[in-house]
Amino acid sequence: MANVSIRDLEIEFGNLKVLKNLDLEIQPGEFIVLLGPSGCGKSTLLNAVAGLLDVSAGQIWIGGKNVTWEEPKDRGIGMVFQSYALYPRMTVTGNLSFGLKMAKVAKEEIDKRVARAAKILQIEPLLKRRPSELSGGQRQRVAIGRALVRDVDVFLFDEPLSNLDAKLRTELRVELKRLHNELGSTMIYVTHDQIEALTLADRVAVMNGGVIQQLASPKEIYRRPVNRFVAGFVGSPSMNFVDGTLSVEGGNASFKLANGGLVDLAGYDFEAPPEHGRPATLGIRPEQIDLARGDASAKSLPVNLTLLEPMGADSLVWGDVAGTQFSVRIDGDAHVETPSKVDAFFQPAHASIFDLASGARL
Amino acid sequence: MASLTASAPVEPSGPRPKRIGPGRYGVYAFLIISALFFLIPLYVMIVTSLKPMDEIRLGNLFALPGSPSFDAWIKAWSQACTGLNCNGIHVGMLNSVKILVPSVLLSIAVGSVTGYALSFWRPKGANVLFGVLLLGAFIPYQVFLYPLVRILSMVSLYNSIPGVVFVHTIFGLPLMTLLFRNFYAGIPIDLFKAARVDGGGFWAIFLRLMLPLSTPIIVVAAILQITGIWNDFLFGLIFAGRENFPMTVQLNNVVNSSFGEKEYNVNMAATILTALVPLFVYFVSGRWFVRGIASGAVKG
Ligand SMILES: Nc1ncnc2c1ncn2[C@@H]1O[C@H](COP(=O)(O)OP(=O)(O)OP(=O)(O)O)[C@@H](O)[C@H]1O
Ligand SMILES: [Mg+2]
Repeated sequence: MANVSIRDLEIEFGNLKVLKNLDLEIQPGEFIVLLGPSGCGKSTLLNAVAGLLDVSAGQIWIGGKNVTWEEPKDRGIGMVFQSYALYPRMTVTGNLSFGLKMAKVAKEEIDKRVARAAKILQIEPLLKRRPSELSGGQRQRVAIGRALVRDVDVFLFDEPLSNLDAKLRTELRVELKRLHNELGSTMIYVTHDQIEALTLADRVAVMNGGVIQQLASPKEIYRRPVNRFVAGFVGSPSMNFVDGTLSVEGGNASFKLANGGLVDLAGYDFEAPPEHGRPATLGIRPEQIDLARGDASAKSLPVNLTLLEPMGADSLVWGDVAGTQFSVRIDGDAHVETPSKVDAFFQPAHASIFDLASGARL
Repeated sequence: MASLTASAPVEPSGPRPKRIGPGRYGVYAFLIISALFFLIPLYVMIVTSLKPMDEIRLGNLFALPGSPSFDAWIKAWSQACTGLNCNGIHVGMLNSVKILVPSVLLSIAVGSVTGYALSFWRPKGANVLFGVLLLGAFIPYQVFLYPLVRILSMVSLYNSIPGVVFVHTIFGLPLMTLLFRNFYAGIPIDLFKAARVDGGGFWAIFLRLMLPLSTPIIVVAAILQITGIWNDFLFGLIFAGRENFPMTVQLNNVVNSSFGEKEYNVNMAATILTALVPLFVYFVSGRWFVRGIASGAVKG
């Protein structure tokens, strides 16, 4: 177990600054997920931690040691690649033991560690095979095993499951979680799959444009996104956003829609006292909306429903609020008329309000 | 309602029937004619080498030999005169082998390492270096000859087999580097990164990971170098020295020996003997060659 500390890191390719003044403190044994859209610099950050990329500025500390200039092998890390990157001409055993042979570990010790990793990952029957004779899931296990045998303190995963089909992905996801519980090592995991992020992580770092937007527990990321980007990126289907202005009268805040309608916000936890007349965006997740008033504290806004999309366990109803697209998730058995005009009920405490210009949470 | 008659269209099912149209015949005719065109000189060489001189003087170029004999071959191999020595061209063959083997091994070894370094380790200025190397490949050899002669005689390698091997290795470097660099460019970079994380250094990654993957491109490189170096005349003539002349130079001496009558049968036999190695390489490796070119050398 080791902590990882990234301090003021900057990485550029030519003139392109991919990471800017990035700070990240990871506790020993923590499972951190880097989540973000394609091209935001997740792999770049991971490669920098692994020592496969030179940094332009800043420091990387692993286990209390400044490793900024260390070789990858001296950093106490193991890495699992999206493409598996298994050595094609070696058997599974050869793949697992390559790193140990490089480190001149004694033969018996190598055998012992390979056997242990094979047992944990359940790849014992495959040890004699070549990578080309393995299925995708088996290859991924071997790739994980290669990091496992080296007894490292920090595991780096770069989208390890993204080449697998949905079912296998779910299976291996659970296995990874179990592995983490068993080993207790620090893990940094890159993905752009938010389900993986929310299920695996102790904390999620949502990245965009080379900057960490929010670093918090999955629950916090989901409940209290710090800005509009995080709110829109996490959650599927995406959060509904309705533009308007804040209106404060006699200490009571409400949200004024573009068509003049008022939505009561009593119960919303503002970061700072709201200002009257401030342009803002109201964000509500489709699953946080009820088409019937369940609770006395729920507030409502008027929705035009136009289309029903059944998805099995639940259904999505599409429509608009004051001309902006809006979706509501309802129970799969519930029935709604489309088209129709209804009131949508929500708890202001669960909603999010963002500044229209900066996108920051209000 | 249309009934099932012979002219009814067949319901398509299973493998599509192969039709050989007139276009196909045209293509085959063309291929056969061009094959013949290129085979005729070979035919003439072989029949001439099997005829005695009396028969050759009759001038029937295409006639089969009346009583085929291998005398001319034996003479070419062991008695033909090259300048003052009359030991045949087998001396040259030995020299050629002595030049060929180390040159091929060395140029492939050096080329694969430079190609590997350029594509994975990307040292500073790698692209400039590679550009200069390629430029070197386009400058006519003749420009380098005199300076090289001076350099080699300064280090006492002039007129020796190591000298000519050195020259072949140097001049093979651009093409070998290009070949290997492009081949390695097609190998996923993650493989290299994984080996780095696993603690592999420059040589460990090259020897244990990359080299075992390189068989196809090594075969291509070997074919190119074997035929190229075997057929070389200029470097052998200039750098090898009188006792070490390769087969091509000796063949030239045999053919151009200017006393007495021209022994066409011996010349033909000597020429075929000299061409035997590249011919053999092409026959054995044709398939590999095409596959290697298609998979590594052109792509990327
Ligand atoms: N070697 C390189 N040279 C130049 N630019 C690069 C290089 N590697 C990455 N980039 C750029 O850096 C940015 C971040 O790339 P990175 O691979 O870190 O993205 P990512 O977040 O991992 O995306 P994905 O989810 O698609 O893997 C991209 O804009 C990419 O084009
Ligand atoms: Mg990536």
